[in-house]
Amino acid sequence: MKTIDLVIIGGGSAGMAAAVSAYDQGIRDILILERSDVLGGILNQCIHNGFGLHEFKEELTGPEFLFRFVDQVKERKIPYELQATVLSISPNKVVSYISPKGSFEIQAKALVVATGCYERSAGAIGMPGERPAGVISAGQAQLYLNQHGYLVGKKVFILGSGDIGLIMARRMTLEGAKVLGVAELMPYSNGLERNIQQCLKDFNIPLYLSHTVTNVIGKGKLEAIEISQVDEHLQPVKGTEKRFDVDTLLLSIGLIPNNGLLDKMGAKKGKTRGSEVDDSLETTIPGVFSCGNVLHVHDLVDYVVAEGKTAGISAAKYLKGEEKGHKEIETIAGPGIGYVVPSRVNVEDKEGSVELKFRVSRPSKNVYVEYSQGDKVLMKVLKLAIIPSEMEIFKLPKKLLINDQEPIKVSLVAKE
Amino acid sequence: MAIELTCIVCPRGCRLLVDENLNVTGNSCPRGAAYGKQEIMDPRRTLTSTVRCDSKQFSVCPVKTSGTVPKDKVLDVMKAVNGAVAKTPVHRGDIIVKDIAGTGVDLVATRDLID
Repeated sequence: MKTIDLVIIGGGSAGMAAAVSAYDQGIRDILILERSDVLGGILNQCIHNGFGLHEFKEELTGPEFLFRFVDQVKERKIPYELQATVLSISPNKVVSYISPKGSFEIQAKALVVATGCYERSAGAIGMPGERPAGVISAGQAQLYLNQHGYLVGKKVFILGSGDIGLIMARRMTLEGAKVLGVAELMPYSNGLERNIQQCLKDFNIPLYLSHTVTNVIGKGKLEAIEISQVDEHLQPVKGTEKRFDVDTLLLSIGLIPNNGLLDKMGAKKGKTRGSEVDDSLETTIPGVFSCGNVLHVHDLVDYVVAEGKTAGISAAKYLKGEEKGHKEIETIAGPGIGYVVPSRVNVEDKEGSVELKFRVSRPSKNVYVEYSQGDKVLMKVLKLAIIPSEMEIFKLPKKLLINDQEPIKVSLVAKE
Repeated sequence: MAIELTCIVCPRGCRLLVDENLNVTGNSCPRGAAYGKQEIMDPRRTLTSTVRCDSKQFSVCPVKTSGTVPKDKVLDVMKAVNGAVAKTPVHRGDIIVKDIAGTGVDLVATRDLID
């Protein structure tokens, strides 16, 4: 069996960034395995602009952003294989994959898993009614439109106000479809404020907060949907039904880390539905790293890339046999916090800081984000407004830690 | 009366207040102040879309306007976009339509499509 130093699964932004940074650390024997026909992953269909303000200090479209990384991969002549689908990875890092060239098994010395995320389906939320043609996830409709040139419908309703749904509301409007509205179960949108403005308000598309789809009508082909207002327990309120005659219902109801390969390998799962990692992005399996949307779903590709770089550097260190310290402490998502990444941080080295990424569970105003160990508050930061749709990144100076045993807890605390 | 706007310059989405003298508050950066003023006087957008393409990889090529176009001309620009075709090989930055819909800005390709 062929042995390769570093196998990277997924040639999207996280995978390419990991490959480039591992190469720049001196690793030469690298292979990127990409399932689709082209490098770049989801950015191939994200033709809108707004990418790259952190990474490149300029505003780029998705394709422009991804090509910057394709260039870097090609300049370094890092090998990649397209149409290569990984079927499984054994716990000792034997990667089985198929491609048009055949089926293969390779022994990886280190692995970076950067397989992105997938869209939540109608079944996952138990959506009532029929399942006619015309009910489709927003990302799938985006792929059809932006890579294949097919507009999936002319009269559209969108369930879920995540960014993909908002972006598709604008995109389909520009292509001549009539978008009748966007319904959001929560009393707030999960999309970026600027997308509410430039994708909905610019085109007078109504946003129905605290509403959900309560019926899907149509035999064979979608004919209409019905939405209802929901109460504070998110239950539909009788008598508030509104009917919309549409041929398309787009679902933008959440993204889930595509973590199946790591799951089957036996990597411990975290609260994000991705794997648990330490601050080097190593999973509970030594030499196996996870980054990007397969670890936790990001709002900005710039942060995905930053994570990819960390994973690449960590994989290079592992391959060079560099020891990590053994003193590790856990992180805990306290009250008001949905999750914290990483799950463990290395505190052997007292220099520098610990980077904590987290999301709050619900929007809050005038609150403190508190970082504590046991009963001791290490630091608290006032937030005038904090929302679940924006990932928070905080660098906690390691010198504040009071010991190297007790976990670091992140909590939301009301202002007195 | 001050007008309230959501800044669309970056993902942060600051809430801006623009008063009658075009003073902008609520912005976190100079680009937000410039946006607030511009949005009141002459709202403009960068348009992204696709044009038909003879590539074997993708049936359409993503494009953008090389600068901003007036917001109320976006649909006119879209009409011109829908009539345009990109011929392979396409390179990033290639001009697909010069001075699209008389806006003074070009329509340019945002990816390579080389079969």
